[in-house]
Amino acid sequence: MLFFSYFKDLVGQEVTVELKNDLAIRGTLHSVDQYLNIKLENTRVVDQDKFPHMLSVRNCFIRGSVVRYVQLPPDGVDVDLLHDAARREARGA
Amino acid sequence: MSVEEDATVREPLDLIRLSIEERINVKLRSDHELRGKLHIPCSLSSFFWQAFDQHLNMILGDVEEVITTVEIDNETYEEIVRTLKRKVLFLFVRGDGVILVSPPLRTT
Repeated sequence: MLFFSYFKDLVGQEVTVELKNDLAIRGTLHSVDQYLNIKLENTRVVDQDKFPHMLSVRNCFIRGSVVRYVQLPPDGVDVDLLHDAARREARGA
Repeated sequence: MSVEEDATVREPLDLIRLSIEERINVKLRSDHELRGKLHIPCSLSSFFWQAFDQHLNMILGDVEEVITTVEIDNETYEEIVRTLKRKVLFLFVRGDGVILVSPPLRTT
């Protein structure tokens, strides 16, 4: 549930999904489900010469089990908010 | 209301819990290795101090990825080609590819 919630918060951001077959797809995160299946919009394959299979594909559904990595936007993790919360928690405990 | 972090190590996943917000070494399938900082992704209080789940899905920051490929020469021995690929800042790693997680190797 943790990463499902995390990805739900990331909807609308640009990510790069690297699959287990080394194909990397860049696109806007449209939606995600409990299995971490991913729907991307406005997709482009990262290495188009090496992977010409999906040249004309602009939207895709990716089964969660074939994902190796998801490269996230640098501001995708709310570190400061969390550190403040952690400090507050430590003070209150 | 406050969530207390239990410091007792009871099961293998607790060992990884000790490395939250620390740098770790992750070995993956297909000869991939990652070195990065185990990050806490969610600021929601219900997921406090959770940086990974039971599947070993995790978020790493400042990641260095090493992909090892082995090329075999027909006449002589194997030639090992190591490719270094550097990732940009934050990376979600799907747990089903993870083989092992450890603190970074220290050379004494």
